[in-house]
Amino acid sequence: MPKAFTPKVVTANHLLKGDVIYQTATGWTRDLAEAEVLTDEADADLRLIDAAQQVSLVVGAYLADVDTAGGVPKPTHFREDFRARGPSNYAHGKQEDLSNV
Amino acid sequence: MYKYTDFDAAFIKERNAQFRSQVERRIDGSLTEDEFKPLRLMNGLYLQLHAYMLRVAIPYGTLNGRQMDKLADIADRWDKGYGHFTTRQNIQFNWPELRDIPDMLDALAEVQMHAIQTSGNTIRNVTADHFAGAAADEIADPRPVAELIRQWSTDHPEFQFLPRKFKVAVTGSPNDRAVTKAHDIGLRMLERDGVAGFEVIVGGGLGRTPMIGKVLRDFLPREDLLPYLEAIVSVYNLLGRRDNKYKARIKITVHENGIDDFRARVEERFALIRPQFGGIDQQLLAGIEADFAAPDFKTKPVADFEAAYTNDPVFRSWADTNLTDHRAPGYAIVSISLKAHAATPGDATSAQMRVMADLARDYGHDELRISHEQNVILPHVHKSDLPALHARLKEAQLATANIGLISDIIACPGMDYCALATARSIPIAQEIATRFDDLKLEHDIGPLKIKISGCINACGHHHVGHIGILGLDRAGVENYQITLGGDGSEDATIGERAGPGFSADEIIPAVERIVMAYLELRDAPEETFLETYRRIGLAPFKAALYPEVQADAA
Repeated sequence: MPKAFTPKVVTANHLLKGDVIYQTATGWTRDLAEAEVLTDEADADLRLIDAAQQVSLVVGAYLADVDTAGGVPKPTHFREDFRARGPSNYAHGKQEDLSNV
Repeated sequence: MYKYTDFDAAFIKERNAQFRSQVERRIDGSLTEDEFKPLRLMNGLYLQLHAYMLRVAIPYGTLNGRQMDKLADIADRWDKGYGHFTTRQNIQFNWPELRDIPDMLDALAEVQMHAIQTSGNTIRNVTADHFAGAAADEIADPRPVAELIRQWSTDHPEFQFLPRKFKVAVTGSPNDRAVTKAHDIGLRMLERDGVAGFEVIVGGGLGRTPMIGKVLRDFLPREDLLPYLEAIVSVYNLLGRRDNKYKARIKITVHENGIDDFRARVEERFALIRPQFGGIDQQLLAGIEADFAAPDFKTKPVADFEAAYTNDPVFRSWADTNLTDHRAPGYAIVSISLKAHAATPGDATSAQMRVMADLARDYGHDELRISHEQNVILPHVHKSDLPALHARLKEAQLATANIGLISDIIACPGMDYCALATARSIPIAQEIATRFDDLKLEHDIGPLKIKISGCINACGHHHVGHIGILGLDRAGVENYQITLGGDGSEDATIGERAGPGFSADEIIPAVERIVMAYLELRDAPEETFLETYRRIGLAPFKAALYPEVQADAA
């Protein structure tokens, strides 16, 4: 039996800055809480294709699982948690600047 | 140290201009990421977990004050005010932006530095003993040979697309500080019957299939070095597996074909190409050697050093731990620890880099080295200058007296930075260092090397750690496996896996149990952890690590 589709967001690295970004309904954000949550597999595939075509803006787009229990998307795996939060040894990356793209 | 020729300078300038154009074309959309990726990797530029990372070569770990100052300037202008020194004697900048990379490379070129072949399936930055040219036990300075290999391998047309990355290390001392047996090729300088040459070791490496290198030639005359290296790499280029990247390293080639078959192929190839090396390489080497002439060592009293050693316990503790015997009377080799307790192993701020550059100029004949253990070395300091030098290190928070001790931990960047990592390394290193600093046991424990990798690729050399820690992803949770008894010296040994892994919360207490068991089990305070381990084996440590198993069995 096929595995049930679980909620996802499209994430990538920003071409110029290299930092972690997430797709919204209309563009991109650096804040996972603002990301568009995709609950339909076909929708998700289309959104990923759309992201992959934006070659002058993003690098390495993929679908990442999120937990939506609290009303805003949260990472389900520790790797995505670090990507969303920044490194643990310095307050660099996300911890410094969560302004939108 | 080696100075660029006009050819070198023009080559780097042209290469940087080429990459500037490639970056511009990537930004304007003319190049796709698939097209751009191999080009950026050829120039040391990675895209990591949170940002780009530029890996800069520090060939054989040698640099001068001006170069260190430039690294500090780059850290301030285009990064976040620090750099990370690696086990490959490189420096990595973790936060550059794509548009700035060409300017960073031009800035590096101003001081004869570059990022070429710090990535990709090619011959990487050649590494060497970090005490080269200074150590009391040294037979010969390995750096001229390392520089010759760098020149030979840079943009070598045959070796730009090898089956996998290829790492060469050189040591000129019988006490191996360059981990030569864990490299694709390890070269150990020897002298036999008055003739200079090398023991050639091949097929060492860590990663998912750790192997200790095998002796390919027990003595290779010095003048045969380049043709012999060329023979080895060309045989590997032909024979190495390209169907499976996990089986592509030369260690697998040697293992699958057998050392005798591999040797026969190399010797056959060597005989064929040897005549093509008509002595030009030896002329080049002679010129390079002149660039590595020893500094003009001073002769003066060491009374200031002796007085400080007698009267200042803090200085004495640092001197006992961070100084190494120098070949010149009255001199010492100073290891500056980049492992302050709770700091990130290998990181130095731009301010600290400038202090180290100043100290090199003021007291160290303008020479610095980067060790594969992620520390900085001042190779030539007169003992009379050590009290003043130590005072300035203290001001810069660079006087941690822990070289070779439990908090002098090698740790790869792990999942805090690396896109390949499966768990974090840095916080584990920080917590171990803090824990044993709190216990005030570090100096009682004595020499003990802990090495931590955040994935199976083993950039943190965990297989050759006396205590090795490997971070993995176990069902979405960070998990840490322990290996014991590894050794990266001339007696190189791969550590034995102790048993099931530990969670992030459990790993520090687990390390503590191992160390406490050692303190109980050692014959005398002089017996090191590794000596104890070799005497009694894994079982007593396993019992300490997994007390619940012991209880269940009882």
